[in-house]
This record gives sequence, C-alpha cells and structure tokens, in this order.
Amino acid sequence: MTPFIDPWWLPVIFAGLMGLSILLYVILDGYDLGVGMLTRLEKDENRDLMVASIGPFWDGNETWLVLGIGLLLVAFPIAHGLILTQLYLPVVLMLVALILRGVSFEFRAKAPPAHKPHWDNAFFAGSLLTALCQGYMLGAYVLGFDQSLAAVLFCLLAALGLVAGYVFVGACWLIYKVEGDLQKRAVRWAEISLWATALAMAIISIATPLLSERIFDRWFRLPEIIALLPIPIASATLFIGLAIFLRRPLRAKDELSWVPLAVAGILFALGFVGIAYSFYPYLIADRLDIWQAAASPEALSIILIGALFVLPVILGYSILSHWIFRGKATHLSYE
Amino acid sequence: MDALDPLILARIQFAANISFHILFPAVTIALGWALLGFKLAYNRTKDGAWMDAYRLWVKVFALSFAMGVVSGITMSFQFGTNWPGYMEKVGNIAGPLLAYEVLTAFFLEAVFLGIMLFGFSRVPNWVHTLATFLVAAGTTLSAFWIIVLNSWMQTPAGYDIRDGVVHATDWWAIIFNPSMPYRLTHMLIASALTVAFLIAGMSAWRWLKDGGGEGVRRTLKAAVYAAALLIPVQIFVGDMHGLNTLEHQPQKVAAMEANWDTRSHVPLVLFAIPDEEARTNHLEVAIPSGASLILKHEAAGVVPGLNDYRGDHPPVAPLFWGFRIMVGIGVAMLALSWFAAWTIRRRGVDAMPRWLAYALVAMTFSGWVATLAGWYVTEIGRQPWLVTGVLRTADAVGPVGSAMVASSLTLYLAVYAALLTAYIAVLYRLARLGKAAPAGKPMFPVPAVAPGPAAPQEEPA
Repeated sequence: MTPFIDPWWLPVIFAGLMGLSILLYVILDGYDLGVGMLTRLEKDENRDLMVASIGPFWDGNETWLVLGIGLLLVAFPIAHGLILTQLYLPVVLMLVALILRGVSFEFRAKAPPAHKPHWDNAFFAGSLLTALCQGYMLGAYVLGFDQSLAAVLFCLLAALGLVAGYVFVGACWLIYKVEGDLQKRAVRWAEISLWATALAMAIISIATPLLSERIFDRWFRLPEIIALLPIPIASATLFIGLAIFLRRPLRAKDELSWVPLAVAGILFALGFVGIAYSFYPYLIADRLDIWQAAASPEALSIILIGALFVLPVILGYSILSHWIFRGKATHLSYE
Repeated sequence: MDALDPLILARIQFAANISFHILFPAVTIALGWALLGFKLAYNRTKDGAWMDAYRLWVKVFALSFAMGVVSGITMSFQFGTNWPGYMEKVGNIAGPLLAYEVLTAFFLEAVFLGIMLFGFSRVPNWVHTLATFLVAAGTTLSAFWIIVLNSWMQTPAGYDIRDGVVHATDWWAIIFNPSMPYRLTHMLIASALTVAFLIAGMSAWRWLKDGGGEGVRRTLKAAVYAAALLIPVQIFVGDMHGLNTLEHQPQKVAAMEANWDTRSHVPLVLFAIPDEEARTNHLEVAIPSGASLILKHEAAGVVPGLNDYRGDHPPVAPLFWGFRIMVGIGVAMLALSWFAAWTIRRRGVDAMPRWLAYALVAMTFSGWVATLAGWYVTEIGRQPWLVTGVLRTADAVGPVGSAMVASSLTLYLAVYAALLTAYIAVLYRLARLGKAAPAGKPMFPVPAVAPGPAAPQEEPA
C-alpha cells in the first residue's frame, strides 16, 4: 500500500510512539520493580500487602516494554539488531530477572508455605536485577556502547541510579496504595530515595553533554538554552517541593496521597524528555539516525493504522483497570 | 558439526526458549475457553460445582499465563540479540505481524486478566464473564498472529524482493498464505487436546486420591468427552495439513517418511534408522504402498523423495522420529479417550475402573509432548531455510560469540528446568487442595455501590 502521509514523518512518529511506550514502561513497571525491591524491608502481612498492591497491574505494565521493544524491532529493525547485540549480556540477565520476578508473583501464593521465602527471595532478586540491568543498559546506550573502564564505571553508576529511581517511584506508589504505619514507612523510603534519584539524574544530565560535542551544542547554544532552561528548573523545583511535601504529615483523610506518585511520574517524564532531546534524531548516538534505521514506509504505514486505532483503546483499558482496582490495597484474592 | 558453532548454539537457544514458551500458550489458549465454559455453565445453572471448577482452574490459568508472558518477552528480544539478519531481511513483513500481535492481543489479555483474576467481587458478574471472554479471545488472537508469521516463513506469499530486502505487496496473501489455515487449526485443536488431557489427568489423579467431589467428577467427564470429540477432528486436520505440506514443502514430507527416491508404491515406514550418509534406511519395517495411499490416495501414487533435494533438505532423523512420536500419541489419545468416554457414559465416573484413571493420569502431559514433537517436525523441516526460499538460517545469525551464547543458553536452561519442576509441583498441589486452594482476603475493598458478587461465599474469606 502507498503511505498516506509524507514518508519523512513516519520514522518521527514511530520514534515518538516508541519513546512514549518506554516512558510509560519506566514509570509503570518502575513502581512494580520498586515495590519488589522494597518488599525486602517488610515481613509477612505487610510484604503480602505490598505484593497485593501491584498484583492486578504488573502484567499490563510490563506489556509496555514489549510494545517499546516491539516498536524498535518492527520500525527500526537495524537499530534493534545493533543495540541488542551490543547489550547482549545485560539483556539476557534482565530477561532471566524478569522471568523470576513475574513467576514469583504466582508461585509465592501457590507453592507450599515452606517454599514461600524462596519465592520471596526470587521476587526481590528479580526486581533488583531487572532494575540494575536496565540502568546499566541506559548508561551504555547514552555512552554509545563505549567499552572503556570509565564507561563501565559510568554504567554501573547508572545501574544504581535507576535502582534509586525505581525505589523512589515504588515508595510513592505505596504512599498512594497503603495506609497506617506501612504508609509512614513508605514516606520515609520516598524521602531517602528522592535525593538518590535527584543525584543520579543530575550526574547523567551533566555527563551526557560532555560526551558529545553535538549534544553539548544542542543544550548550550542561544537561543535554545533559554527555551530549555525550564526543564532543569522544573525538575529541581519538583524535587524540592516534593521533599517539603513529604516532611509534612499526610492529611487525615489521605486525600493528597496521590501527589508524590504524580510528581515522580512528571520527574521521570522530564528526565526522559532531556535524554530524548539530546539524542534526537539519532537512535545510536551520532551513528544511526531514525531515517537510516527505519523499515520501509509501506510497512510503517500499515503498523501506524493499527497503532492509531489500538493505542487509545489500550490506554483506555489500562486506565479502566487502575480505576476498578482504585483505593487502598488489602489482600490478594481470586474472589 | 562443531558443537560450539555459534549458529548451532543460537539455534539451540532459540529452540530452548520457544519450546519452553509454547508449553504455556498450549495450555492457556484452550483453558481460557474452558474457563469461559465453566463460567457460563455456572451462570446458567447456578450450580456451585462449576464455580469450584472455575476457581481451581483459574489458578492454573494464572500461573500458566505468567509463565507464558515472561518466556514470551524473551522471544521478542531474541530476534535482536541472536538473529539480527532476520528483521533486516524480512522485517517489513514480520514487523507488522508482530506489531499487530502486541497491539491487538497482548494488551487485551494482560489487562483483562487482572479483572478476571482479582475482580470477581469488584465488578458486576457480567463484566467478569466478559473479562473471561476477552482474555480467551486475546490468547487466541495472539496465537493467530504468531501462526500467520510462522506459516508465512514456511510458505511465503504476497511479497517481492527489492535491493535484497523483502517488501510486502499483498497483505491478504501474506496473512492467508497457503499453510496458515491448516497450521492454525491444527495448533488450536492441539491446545484443546493438551488442556483436555491435562484436566482429565489431574482430575483423575484427584479422583484416585479421595473422589474429589462433584467439581472433580464434572471436569473429568467434560474433559474426557471433549478429548473424544476432538481427537478424530485433529487426525483429519493433521492429514490435510500433511497434504498441504506435500504440495508446498515436499522435502519436509519426504524426510518425515524417510523416503529417499521419487517413485510410486512408496511404503509407509513404521520403523527405521535413517542414514543420511548412505542415503538409505536400516532395519526398515514398512507397509507396502502405505505412504502412496496416504499422500496420493492411490497405491501407484508418485511421492517425491529426498534425493531430489540433495544438500537442500532438512535433517531426516529428527523429522522421522518427531512425526512418529506425534502420531503415536495421537493414536493413544484416540484409544484412551474413546474407551474412557464410552465407560463414563455407560457407568458414570465413579464406576470407572482404577486402571483407566491411572491411564488418564499417565497421559496428563501427553498434549505437551505431541505439540512439541509436531513443532519440531515443522520447524526443523523448514531447514536449511529460515524463510523458505528467501533467507537461510545461517545468513541471519548475529555476531555474538560462542562463549557468550553458550553461557546464556546454560543460564536459560537452568532457569527453565527449575521453573518447569516448580510449575508441575504446584499444579499437583493445587489439584490436591482443590477448591480449598489458597484464597486470601479481598484484595481491594468492594465498593459499597457495586452489585454484590453472584457467587455464594463458600470459601472462608
């Protein structure tokens, strides 16, 4: 079939859709993985409650990863091959970790009680390893797959940074989804991880322009710098504002417990916009741009038709699911 | 062949991942519909036994679904990590098909599964039934897109090649490529049989222990009847699929039958040790003219032999044996399900002889074995091509070294072995506990205004 819009736009649209999927994945599965890591700090009832709070959502959330990687695969097949062969080891480890995390949900509830601690360990380890691998991949991607010692150290730092970020958004999710003492502890976890997340974002934001002259130019050139200033300013304001908010006791009726989660989401989005702005239009820094990597306009058109119909529906029923399971989590049940 | 050849390692890794993965869709595709059946039977009769069955098997579904999802994610990454040449060459066709699978099916099942599993008391009964339907439809739709892509790789159509890259010319021809309808039907019925024997086997196991109650009798009977009805259909569809393969991939059929020379009166080989070096069979036991009769419907029918495709046909032994394992299990399924259905119809479940129950228990996972054997035949049967006539497997493999692939393969195999053991152990645990299987307190408080659950609160809340 013939493309129904200017073929120049197709890769741009797909890069946008892919970015949106990855951003949604990082925020949505971010809270699942963060909660997964935080389960280590609680026992028995509270641990069950934390797992229950993400039970109905994690599967749909993880699907955004499949969509994001799927769009990379189908819209930019050359980039998919190049990126994933470069990241072979962290990808394999992440997949094994995602498998462990995903099945532990089921096994911890269905295996004999004596085995439950093992599946809890697998759940924690799977969540942690997934976060570490994704952070490492983020670092490697930003550096254009440089293999030097300094680069590896940077990647390890990015791995820890993403762990902090996921713990932060996970703690914010718990503030929203649980009550009482557990909620108070979640506030504490959010306060600590907030600063670690801010530090990680600052380091990556400073490092990225220093790595590439092109990216440096994009950020520190007039008049762009004036248009871009709101991003760091907004991020800093939100971090500080949220820190102040968390120090105040939550309102008696808990009306504002959604605020930290929303702020965390906006912060992730700002960080994402920053990285996307630095890279666009490249998929692999300064080497491969979205037009070079794109599949044929015919193939992209036919995917786009489906995506335009289906994506709003997917968003709709994801929201529906969050609405049906709104309110505070209690315990997991098939009733 | 060097055991550390990166191509062989990458193929083994892909085979390991997809073999592990297919076990779970093979369960969930049909189990989704079985659950919808239980739910509808309950809605109609208000008989609690159907809801007991639903509650038990929805747990098996949830577990199988989670295993299928996480092992499926591995597949979508593996195209890039191990087979970059595949998407570079045929991405313009494989891409949209995979995208439609994710867009139309994956999200549908993932999101409504949450409502199906945890929403029973949070949504009206009809919404819960609808969620069950959407999950079943989602798994089937998912199977549809994947089978379309796989069949296109077997029998490509509707494309042309420009500058060495495949471009789509006719999407209708791509989707309804020659082998797709046969492969899809064969796989959907295979899933139904897998689930029928799984339910029959686990129910028989429970019945042998302590009778298990009305829910167990009900599911045992339903599963045996379903198997007895489906297996002749499957044998018929399988035969049609074979004839379709003979038309489009004759070298695959020649390898399945271990037939070396193109000739008439080709015998049906029951047992042999195929020898590719000497290009002959050892210790052959055969029915004269059998293969000609089956494939051409006349004793003098001429069937193409392997020597016409020298150097370009799949390895013979795995196809020959894989096919015999699949057909052997099919025949055993036919005999057992018909005898069991006849016995149960005449005398009822509780009068069933114990040996028959043991036979059903022995066949619990026979659907898995037959499904795997069948897929090995069709996938190895496509070699040396990845996409028949378009892309050779050896040309698609990526640059990752042997040592790296060997270590990731070892890691996958270790994880898969552990998970499969845990999965089967938990299935038996759930079957033993039956309706008393772990049930917690309600997950989220039931909204005060929502209509109450339709089910009687039988389990301790």
